[in-house]
Amino acid sequence: MMKTSDMIKMTYRDAIRLGITEEMRQDKDVIFLGEDIGTYGGAFGVSKGLLEEFGEERILDTPISEGAIVGTAVGAATTGLRPICEMMFMDFITLGMDALVNQGAKMRYLFGGQSQVPMVLRLPAGSGTGAAAQHSQSLEAWLCHVPGLKVVTPSSPAQAKGLIKAAIRDNNPVCFIEHKMLYDAVGLVPIDEDYILEIGKTIVERPGKDVTIVAYGTTLLKAIEAAEFLEEEGIKVEILNPLTLYPIEMQPIIDSVIKTGCLIVAHEAVKTGGLGGEIVARVVESEAFDYLTAPIIRLGGLDVPIPFNQELEAATVPQRNDFVHGVYRLLNRI
Amino acid sequence: MIELSEELLLRMYYKMNQARYFEEKLDELVSKGKVHGTVHLAIGQEASGVMPCLALEEGDLVSMSHRSHVQAIGFGLDVNLMMAECLGKYTGYCKGKGGSMHIADVENGNLGGNGIVGGGFNLSCGAALTQKYHNTGKVVLCFAGDGATNTGSFHESLNLASIWKLPVVFFIENNQYGMSNPVENHINIENISDRSEAYNIPGLTIDGNDFLGVYNTATKALRYARAGKGPVLIEAKTYRYSGHSKSDKQLYRDKRELIEWQKKDPLLKMKEYLRENRVFTEKQILKMEEEARVSIEQAVEFAQKSPQPELTTILEDVYA
Ligand SMILES: Cc1ncc(C[n+]2csc(CCOP(=O)(O)OP(=O)(O)O)c2C)c(N)n1
Ligand SMILES: [Mg+2]
Repeated sequence: MMKTSDMIKMTYRDAIRLGITEEMRQDKDVIFLGEDIGTYGGAFGVSKGLLEEFGEERILDTPISEGAIVGTAVGAATTGLRPICEMMFMDFITLGMDALVNQGAKMRYLFGGQSQVPMVLRLPAGSGTGAAAQHSQSLEAWLCHVPGLKVVTPSSPAQAKGLIKAAIRDNNPVCFIEHKMLYDAVGLVPIDEDYILEIGKTIVERPGKDVTIVAYGTTLLKAIEAAEFLEEEGIKVEILNPLTLYPIEMQPIIDSVIKTGCLIVAHEAVKTGGLGGEIVARVVESEAFDYLTAPIIRLGGLDVPIPFNQELEAATVPQRNDFVHGVYRLLNRI
Repeated sequence: MIELSEELLLRMYYKMNQARYFEEKLDELVSKGKVHGTVHLAIGQEASGVMPCLALEEGDLVSMSHRSHVQAIGFGLDVNLMMAECLGKYTGYCKGKGGSMHIADVENGNLGGNGIVGGGFNLSCGAALTQKYHNTGKVVLCFAGDGATNTGSFHESLNLASIWKLPVVFFIENNQYGMSNPVENHINIENISDRSEAYNIPGLTIDGNDFLGVYNTATKALRYARAGKGPVLIEAKTYRYSGHSKSDKQLYRDKRELIEWQKKDPLLKMKEYLRENRVFTEKQILKMEEEARVSIEQAVEFAQKSPQPELTTILEDVYA
């Protein structure tokens, strides 16, 4: 266990920046490309101050050319640099998809293991900001459908630092999904410069025994709120956080379901074709199947684009009460 | 020469003022925390946003950028419904689903604002293809910013429109910045219109703050496209006074630059023109300004009194 004296309080945004800063200091091959990441400091302030420290050679403010950002990163990565790139909003990955999916993700396999593509693609995702349907999507399921890519998503400042560092050190293209509503979240972050969260892990966020919830992003925070509420009624929810969405580590989830017999899988992304379905399928394929005492519940975004209006926007994605009701249902309390 | 009737001059001045008041009022609402999400204001770009629209003929189409309010007012959209959309109300153009960035009036040829920079270029080619296919004689006016001309879709569209001789006018409002990125840092040529040469289409760079110049150039370009000669690229040099969006601290630019541009303010320039040419009396000018201001006050009132959309509307309009 880490001592709190080895930690400092900071936001999720600052933790990502700290991770990037530490890695850029210790590895000169790490460069950073994106739109308005220099003087502006990035649309969400993640890269604030990096231009001052690392200069224009390493903090590359690009034109509005997402295909070029991702493609250049792939090319630079295969020839020895370790680029980080930022899509201003995850939605714009549509414009970098060829470089990512057909080039970056395929190259090593296609060439029989000759190449490696050590790059990080930072993707601010999710709704809640009133930016409507082209700036609010959670498209992780697309990325988790492409072997060769790794997909990670932190839900706390400490996780953000540990995972961004692991992503930068990884020798593969890693999609790093940041939820926009988490940027201001505050938490304790290890100051250790070698604090790394290994890619490929699912963790128990909160131990319990009655119901298993799997969630990530801001949806995870809503699950935690629900668990705190339910605890007062004597219900102990166990929450699992798949920090790496692809390739996902299932065993901790399977173990938890064997213990609780009940499962809720949740995300903000559109329910149909979402990652929740994959997790559920793997649970029912596993030894946990025999332990299930109730039908599994999948919570996900409604099958609609994210609307602008604030009330509609909130009603489109799972909220705290959806978890509470789900748990009641599983435990036959309603 | 292009004929400028008194009625047209009145419409020009009224709409430019309406556009200015709309943006200022919206800015005020944003700073009071009354608007969910962000807005992109085009204060300072009234001539480049309004005038090309006034040069359109009945039935022509327009595709707008993310900074679209001024363009929409030029095209003749109802400021009540626009303001309601910005406030997410059910009475808004998109029933509160689109917001400031996505105002549209498709039935009347306004193909909408676009949250994807460069998203309108290809769409405009498609809309122009429809006009050509059905021989409608109508033209598509495609608005975009300087930053948008670095997208792949800009270059693909210019080429496609050129080889297929599509009736589309690409109108670039070069306001000197793509978000925080000054145009000289993201484009390595003096005039964006020079890019037209590579695709063998006419390209023109004009003063985007000169209402008459913008109107005349747009009129000629639309005529050219309407005659079946193919696309035209226009670059109008202008300046945005406000930040890129509500969270912009504007650390990337010098206040003096703004002051210099404000001396060339498009509304002031038009007012000077009206005075010099004695088109209207001072009283008439003031009356137009006042009417424009009142129309926006009324729009805010309309929007604020309008109902929120019902939750059930979330599931509507996903499919036709
Ligand atoms: C594909 C895409 N990339 C990035 C953005 C974020 N973004 C919105 S507006 C903008 C700047 C656009 O600059 P310009 O085209 O000059 O238009 P202006 O904002 O100056 O009107 C950027 C980078 C976006 N909306 N879409
Ligand atoms: Mg611009």
